[in-house]
Amino acid sequence: MPKLINKSLLPPKKYFMQGNIACAEGALAAGCRYYAGYPITPSSETMEHLSNRLPEVNGVFIQMEDEIGSICSMIGASWAGAKAMTATSGPGFSLMLEGLGYAVMTETPCVIINVQRTGPATGQATRPGQGDIMQARWGAHGDYRIIGISPWSVQEMYDLTIESFNLAEVYRVPVILLADEVVGHLKESFIIKPEIEIFNRDSSMSDKPFGTVQDDGVPPMPIFGQGAKLLVTGSTHNEFGIRKVADPVVQDMLVKRLCAKIDNHKDKICKTESYLVDDADYLFISFGISARSSYAVIKQLRNEGIKAGLLRLKTIWPFADEIIKSAAQNCKVVFVPEMNRGQLVLEVQRVLCNKQVISIPKTQGEAIYPSEIYNESKKYIK
Amino acid sequence: MSEHLYKYLRPEAFPTPFCAGCGHGILMNAILRAVDELQLDFNKIVFVSGIGCGAWIPSPHFAADTLHTLHGRPIAYATGVKLFNPDLKVIVISGDGDLAAIGGNHLIHAARRNIELTVICANNSIYGMTGGQVSPTTPKYAKTMTTAKGNPEEPFDLCKLTVACGARYVSRYTVYHIKPLINSIKKAMTTKGFAFVDVVSPCPTQFGRRNKQPTLYEMFNDLKARAIRYETAKGLKKDELTGKIIIGEFNE
Repeated sequence: MPKLINKSLLPPKKYFMQGNIACAEGALAAGCRYYAGYPITPSSETMEHLSNRLPEVNGVFIQMEDEIGSICSMIGASWAGAKAMTATSGPGFSLMLEGLGYAVMTETPCVIINVQRTGPATGQATRPGQGDIMQARWGAHGDYRIIGISPWSVQEMYDLTIESFNLAEVYRVPVILLADEVVGHLKESFIIKPEIEIFNRDSSMSDKPFGTVQDDGVPPMPIFGQGAKLLVTGSTHNEFGIRKVADPVVQDMLVKRLCAKIDNHKDKICKTESYLVDDADYLFISFGISARSSYAVIKQLRNEGIKAGLLRLKTIWPFADEIIKSAAQNCKVVFVPEMNRGQLVLEVQRVLCNKQVISIPKTQGEAIYPSEIYNESKKYIK
Repeated sequence: MSEHLYKYLRPEAFPTPFCAGCGHGILMNAILRAVDELQLDFNKIVFVSGIGCGAWIPSPHFAADTLHTLHGRPIAYATGVKLFNPDLKVIVISGDGDLAAIGGNHLIHAARRNIELTVICANNSIYGMTGGQVSPTTPKYAKTMTTAKGNPEEPFDLCKLTVACGARYVSRYTVYHIKPLINSIKKAMTTKGFAFVDVVSPCPTQFGRRNKQPTLYEMFNDLKARAIRYETAKGLKKDELTGKIIIGEFNE
């Protein structure tokens, strides 16, 4: 896939911004020209900002009647050729799941920002949570794969939004940016570089827009109006897009490829960051704002002479099994701090079935404090 | 269907999946005749449909770009297509359950926004594909799989609804009234704004046979007997219009 270098839209320099607005600017820089959304705390700033900024770059903004309409109109725009996005939070994300499944099935590139708050149901609208990560992975019905990404700073709200668009375009898959209220509403300085890496979908004309020779390939995606006579359907379809609603072979091939095109490219998709992991006896595995608190903890433990390290997952889905295995190879105990009742820890326990893996959950609708992680982990550090 | 319309069809989509006596084939013909008479570029039309029998009219039959979407959501998808590329003609074809029940919210808001979409409701007054359950346009007292003793609810008048929401062009015809139907679809397709055509279409398989109209013959006679022109209907009282199908153009 050809890589392009785009000039940044905003003049390159240091900025002081809120995470949600940095996310909107990241989207514009990545080439997003269609946004459809519905107001919801704590993500509305992204929508408000784009309502002003998109017309300035000849893009389209629409506030839809609900989140279902938002994701559906975004998928329509993507097939008309747009890089498209929507932003929401838990209750809206729940509504979007039917559209998420449709985007997976039709291999529609699109980006969904989920600024997580507490739940279930309405929960606490202005309070942070990280309870949607399993929903993002498994929420829609049927078998499928998506890509889920987690930013821990305003810098990453910008950078990883761009990354989300790139991954969506390359793999023809919906990408979910799993932010949280803290990162979304955090204001801090970040840097916009003069140039950014951009990947665009292969929109060449093809009579097989839904099938490839390889079992894990990504087919080209012609757009509406090119004369490709596209048959786009959420029903099971063959490589031409023709519905095959009772053919076991076509169903099997399609679902296998939809999964394999992500699974078999894990090594290219999964991004993590390691801090003092090499000699660590005690490994923290975390993501988003919980990882930021964990970072403070490992520094404190190191000051005390305890060999602690942090593996931060920027990519939550697909799950970075191999990276986690190799990082945890020599450590004694693994801690998984997160702002839910223990979701990521289930995956870590699956991967590290021979290790002691300790969950450090928090569901009080506020950021998990370094002191809380420190006190809990100290019980296991000898 | 006349041979000169074959170029608009995908041969691989035939034989058609529609049941014997289904009105949707007539509607398919009417839509293609309208496209042909208007000389529209078929490569610049996107047909968007939802889930149900009506949604199968464009997908997979039409040899154009088709978007077969989630149940109830075609208008939302169409909104995205049209807003991002206004050069495309975007035509939504779906059923009454799709557009008026699960998708009712999208219908009223698209009409309110007056986005340039042509929405054709293939209205057979029943959930045909799922086995004949009551729909929002099923006539009162009609028997269906979920109203064995007769439908207790009043049906939706989708034309009055879309007029009230601000649609630019609104009409209703039945597939029996083929000539005015084609003309109306042509008008809808050339409307600069939101256009809605409610097309009453018979379903002998799931509706008729449970309501003493087992074949198309009885169903057509019923359409003929119940149809009343919009202009005539205006002079009549509400109870005189019970059970009637008001046909014509609703916004002057």
